[in-house]
Amino acid sequence: MRSSAMRDMMAVTERPEVISLAGGLPDTSTFPPDTLAAVLDSVAVHDAAKALQYGPTEGIVEAKDCIVEVMAAEGMAVDPADLIVTSGGQQVIDLVCKTLVDPGDVIVAEAPTYPGAVPTFCSYQADVVQVDMDSDGMRIDLLESTLDRLEKDGRRPKFIYTIPSFQNPAGVTMSLPRRKRLVEVARERELLVLEDNPYGLLRYEGDPQPTLRSIDGGLYTMYLGTFSKILSPGIRLGWVVAPPPVLEKINIGKQAADLCSSTLSQLMVSAYFEQGRWRDYVDSLTEIYRARRDTMLDALAEFLPRESEWTRPGGGLFIWVTLPDYIDTTDLLARALRDNVAFVPGEAAYLDGRGRSSMRLNFSGVDEDSIREGVRRIGKVVEEQVALYGTLTGRPRTSSAAEAAAPAPPAEEYPGGSVVHLPRRPGRGRQAKG
Amino acid sequence: MARVAVLKGGPSLERQVSLRSGARVEDALQRLGHEPLPIDAGSDLIVRLRELQPDVAFVALHGRDGEDGTVQELLEILGIPYTGSGVLACSRSIDKVLTKMLLREAGLPTPEFCSFNYTAFKELGAAEALPTIGEKLGYPIVVKPAGQGSALGIKFAQSEAELPAAIVSAFSYDTKVLLERQVKGRELAVSILDGPDGPEALPILEAVPNEADFYDFEARYKFGGTEFVCPAQIDEAAADRVTQVSLDTYKLLGLEGFGRVDVILDEDTGEPMVLEANAIPGLTETSLLPQAADAAGIGLEDLVERIVDLALARAGRATTA
Repeated sequence: MRSSAMRDMMAVTERPEVISLAGGLPDTSTFPPDTLAAVLDSVAVHDAAKALQYGPTEGIVEAKDCIVEVMAAEGMAVDPADLIVTSGGQQVIDLVCKTLVDPGDVIVAEAPTYPGAVPTFCSYQADVVQVDMDSDGMRIDLLESTLDRLEKDGRRPKFIYTIPSFQNPAGVTMSLPRRKRLVEVARERELLVLEDNPYGLLRYEGDPQPTLRSIDGGLYTMYLGTFSKILSPGIRLGWVVAPPPVLEKINIGKQAADLCSSTLSQLMVSAYFEQGRWRDYVDSLTEIYRARRDTMLDALAEFLPRESEWTRPGGGLFIWVTLPDYIDTTDLLARALRDNVAFVPGEAAYLDGRGRSSMRLNFSGVDEDSIREGVRRIGKVVEEQVALYGTLTGRPRTSSAAEAAAPAPPAEEYPGGSVVHLPRRPGRGRQAKG
Repeated sequence: MARVAVLKGGPSLERQVSLRSGARVEDALQRLGHEPLPIDAGSDLIVRLRELQPDVAFVALHGRDGEDGTVQELLEILGIPYTGSGVLACSRSIDKVLTKMLLREAGLPTPEFCSFNYTAFKELGAAEALPTIGEKLGYPIVVKPAGQGSALGIKFAQSEAELPAAIVSAFSYDTKVLLERQVKGRELAVSILDGPDGPEALPILEAVPNEADFYDFEARYKFGGTEFVCPAQIDEAAADRVTQVSLDTYKLLGLEGFGRVDVILDEDTGEPMVLEANAIPGLTETSLLPQAADAAGIGLEDLVERIVDLALARAGRATTA
């Protein structure tokens, strides 16, 4: 009941007057219309009949070649025969569940996990076990103890779902030692890993980390990629690379789901890649998003009360903010919507009711002025609740960083995601930071 | 045939439910041979109504603005007949605190409660009174925003320590909060429809939690769904009492056309306690009033026809198409 009420509330976030930091939208207004026109023109002139026709379930060769190119840019060599073109990355999650999961089966995921995967996991009636993260991503030690515990109960997870780079929603990146260890754990225990990597190329600082697939060589890794964040989510194209027996089953599942992904979209991607400038566009996005991330980090330091914490993502689209534990972010959203600002309440990223004092903020979808104004409005309503709580408990009112006597801590004082919030059960006391 | 403006959507948090209610009403109107004129209630509401000149407005809005008398007041000004309750009854029923005050005054059973507005805490130091409230009501205490229709913002405080956070949550939705003694027992909903001889109660519906742990109310809102049983399996004497207090509540608040009264059957005393009344209950496939109507052999079309006829009759217009 509560979750459906939350879904209903999320629908209100789409009102035009609302500054929405809730979506996961790339900024498609940055894509040059001329380029789109040229791409469409090229498809129409050269491939009209093919573009309007069904295609093979696994995708057309032209699109697969583009995917091989993107994966090479992320340090992976892949044979086009080992991948299937899908209708967005979301379909990969769905097809992998369809292929592997029976009701009651265990899926291991990060805590918090991608909110969009939650309804998919639920629709296959999976029992999702979430493993906590810190600033270096999923805690592999906790993963191992979780797997031990499951094994004792005679339960074997169908797969481990992870977004190692610039995780949605937490914004943290798995360290290299943990990546290596995760691959080892998967091999030792013969467990499949679904590596979801939509943001790997949207990196604003630091060196790229090797993907799990490149470490593992594809033995136990199913790899999910997408054109949504590097080109357009509107064309609905993603892909999956998986070990052959799994891939075969995914192919059958996809046939049942939609026969094939849009041939028109696939030819558009191919025509676009032929121009040879896709990396330039990703670079331009990276510039824009980096500035927006910085704007958001600055605004958070300025407008949020001092007992708030947030992550500092090195890439991707999201910052994960954790407020004092007496603030319920689902309720806060109702209040925030009256001030025309929206975010994703943290509980959407959990299946066990945790995350209720956290929120996911997106910095890619709106411009810098709106980010600043949106965070200011969130700060105002949080401040209001902090003050009210102080009144109710007789605790002195705490002030926001900007109002405090001490100078506001610069964003640099929140180094590389070291302040990622570890999820807590609601109601448990906690130390206030700062 | 009547031209019926179906007011739905709007800016409230219950927008989605309202859109579904509205769509169902439109389908029913179409099948009945009426002309539905869908309107998403926004800033152009008055302009649209003036343009369309409907014979009657079907108000399928839920929550703030739609169910609190605001839209009804506008329709009065425009002289357009509308379905359901009038301005005063809407204003009374949207406000759980006002409803309970009226119930208490009329001697109808409702769980013990108190209420504060934001100013009381902010300016008048009401926080000092929290321990006294705890003693008076006894824990657990249910904290609710006064004017929120859905389950959002409802919190259960097991102890004094949990009360402040629950109050903060409730103030996210409204400037007034209700603190109510948590009564445990079976949760019942009585849908009411006006008939030729006044309001008639439809079969009682019971909300049965799927989760075994009935104690943890909050868990029920989060996880397991709720199963609805209609007619509720309760003994006749209790059913009569539940029906009677519901009808009394409906009349007390001045509700018209249709409505729903939510009641809990106190497991300690066996007596019904009124929690709240809804002037515009949901009309979706899974909503409670249509389920209760169905159990009484009244299909959606009959229901919609009756509600529209009542609105036209109230306005002194010719009734049937």
